[in-house]
Amino acid sequence: MTRRVVVTGVGVVAPGGNGTKEFWELLTSGRTATRRTSLFDPTGFRSRVAAECDFDPAQAGLTPVEIARMDRYVQFGAVAADEAWAQAELAPADPWRVGVSMGSAVGGTTLLERDYAVTSDRGARWVVDAALASPFLHHALSPAHLAAEVADRVGARGPVRTVSTGCTAGIDAVGHGARLIERDRADVVVAGAAESPVSPIAVSCFDAIRATTASNDDPERAARPFDRNRDGFVLGEGAAVLVLEEYEHARRRGAVMLAEIAGYASRSNAFHMTGLRPDGVEMAEAVRRALEQARLDPTGVDYVNAHGSGTRQNDRHETAAFKLALGQHAYATPVSSIKAAVGHSLGAIGSIEVAACAQALVHGVVPPTVNLETPDPECDLDYVPHTARERELRAVLSVGSGFGGFQSAVVLTRPERS
Amino acid sequence: MSTAVVTGVGVIAPSGIGADFWPAVRDGRRALGRLGRYQPNPYPVVVAGEVTGFEPEGRVDPRIAVQTDRFTHFALAATDLALHDAALDPAAVPDYRFGVVTASYSGGVEFGQREIQALWRSGPEHVGPYQSIAWFYAASSGQLSIKHGLRGPSTVLVADEAGGLDVFATARDELARGARAMLAGGAEAPFCPYSMCGQLGIGLLSAGEDPDTAYLPYTAEAAGFAPGEGGAVLVVEDADAAAARGAPARAVVAGHGATFTGIGRFPDSAEGLARAARQALADAGCRPEEVDVVFLDAIADPRADQAEAQALRSLFGDRAVPVTAPKTGYGRCYAGAAPLDVATAVLAIEHGAVPPTPGVTGCRFDLDLVTGAARPLDVRTALVLARGLHGSNSALVLRRPETS
Repeated sequence: MTRRVVVTGVGVVAPGGNGTKEFWELLTSGRTATRRTSLFDPTGFRSRVAAECDFDPAQAGLTPVEIARMDRYVQFGAVAADEAWAQAELAPADPWRVGVSMGSAVGGTTLLERDYAVTSDRGARWVVDAALASPFLHHALSPAHLAAEVADRVGARGPVRTVSTGCTAGIDAVGHGARLIERDRADVVVAGAAESPVSPIAVSCFDAIRATTASNDDPERAARPFDRNRDGFVLGEGAAVLVLEEYEHARRRGAVMLAEIAGYASRSNAFHMTGLRPDGVEMAEAVRRALEQARLDPTGVDYVNAHGSGTRQNDRHETAAFKLALGQHAYATPVSSIKAAVGHSLGAIGSIEVAACAQALVHGVVPPTVNLETPDPECDLDYVPHTARERELRAVLSVGSGFGGFQSAVVLTRPERS
Repeated sequence: MSTAVVTGVGVIAPSGIGADFWPAVRDGRRALGRLGRYQPNPYPVVVAGEVTGFEPEGRVDPRIAVQTDRFTHFALAATDLALHDAALDPAAVPDYRFGVVTASYSGGVEFGQREIQALWRSGPEHVGPYQSIAWFYAASSGQLSIKHGLRGPSTVLVADEAGGLDVFATARDELARGARAMLAGGAEAPFCPYSMCGQLGIGLLSAGEDPDTAYLPYTAEAAGFAPGEGGAVLVVEDADAAAARGAPARAVVAGHGATFTGIGRFPDSAEGLARAARQALADAGCRPEEVDVVFLDAIADPRADQAEAQALRSLFGDRAVPVTAPKTGYGRCYAGAAPLDVATAVLAIEHGAVPPTPGVTGCRFDLDLVTGAARPLDVRTALVLARGLHGSNSALVLRRPETS
């Protein structure tokens, strides 16, 4: 007996607007939320553009104690989880059957860096002064803190863990959460991801490998997925959280089902920690396996939410992967990237994109790829430039690709299909 | 339903590397000492378990060694040992059917401290190109996949110590979904000044200055754990695939359970651990009466130890089940701790002996704690327990393969 997994709640904290409603309005408006970095002074850095959240934790409902204890990314995750949990309207379920699966790539970077500067006297000392450290620094060492805080907010007592596969963590956390339900380890899993990497150490390490954009003069147009003039991603931040629920559990209580997590798979390219071979065979394999689990023919895919980071190699790589996995149907399928609008928030973006896919299914709207002005002959699919498109959507595919060589794919469908 | 079996074990531990590990833990030899990785050491934690004999030279490709932190060096070296032990050539496994799942706690902290120091002392252009791939938690899974050409499902779980058991459940799930082999485990290298500065805030590390008395769980002297570095990687294979290539099954990964009872809420972890263990036993299709030995979590905090003893009482009632915590001999290695316990459990099943809890005498709970010397025992079913610093509880059941 296959246990199916549906989405009954969504919460988002993203650049350009907090809450799922504002997030979806931004995506479908064709606007972008990228700007000159303001969370720290970016003078002297190669990339000085970021997609930042205008986020006031107190206004978002966190107490002073929580604000002190939680790093910025945990605050994002907690607030997104609150929104998702409220939407799901779950009456007290058996807490031992409620799990949490949260993703993050770099965890407590913000607090780690802030405390580092203080305890090391701005890098002067190797042996740092522990007396100057925050009492909460230990939480920043381990991204398990994210899952633990979310678990306490929703009263989860089942399996609780963080998935930390770098830039695919947001998809993998949702996939892992779905597996926990499929394999009967839980009936409800709060799954999502959060990241707040806009800090000097994260920006400088992407500067060093020229992965991020240097288009500092035009921040709103700095992220240009699939455009011939793309020059790297714009670092972003944010969180998205979904309430995943076993289908019968949701049906019995009359819950509104927003989407079904119909298939998920990950594969590795075993090639290079940051490099991608142009052929995209491993991503294509992940897509095939996710479609296979969803019992969906490639021609059944109505929309592809691309990784579309806007690096030269990525956009070429995944264009090839879509052609391999979907065949001729790839040319007839709208493919878009929301990263021009909300940036690339590393481990969080995969969940933010899954949240976008759930909204796309609900509203029957494909969000556009903003800033796509100059077509690239190597990227020759229908990337839905500039303007959102209404379309009957029954099944959507979202993919991610990340450092370490990880390639992940998830398929969302309208839950009534069966 | 496929059966997941362990066919290879690779250990990098303060007690020993590879084949040196089992004799050391069996005999209860102690490997705790004065922490020497950084000097001076002004912090109140001075006793730790260090893998003093380990250098990347000869164990890690020099080009990769400079791109990676010590925690990844451990994972790479442990994996080489595990694959050799399993006599498994990854190229012989069908494409996309061999994956890797590692647990992490704090990532590449020493590498990260060097780079963040370069940033703050000298400026952003002084951060090297490898910071982005060395520090993050996925560094080891990525490097293992690349080194061995593993294109199957790969992931990284973080639930601190508990995550070190969860990886075995994930490996088993992937085998059930079609993988033929998985690397599963984790290693930790937590000794650099900035990481220790964070670990002090946990409030559970021992400030004892004598290696013989710093880490004494279950005793009246329990006052925190001694941290350790190292870990283990195991080769977990589909039983049919292992049999087809003539590889002996060393143990069956039979069942797993996981719960959450909150950060530092140790009294609640009694029920959390007991429930996780019951789930794991049910998953394995065996009864509590069949458990021959339990590998303990051993936080060495009076409330945490008491909760663990209560969990055992609730599982086993009056039955005296041999329990042990070999990690008192080499330290608690964060995400590497549970994989080391799993490795030890496999070796205990193979050798018919339960290794002791080094240094501990005068257990204050009603436990059959194995102390002093190894206890000969026919181990058919072993239960391994772990609690994560962020509130997760996990249990894993390993069983001796049926000889047919």
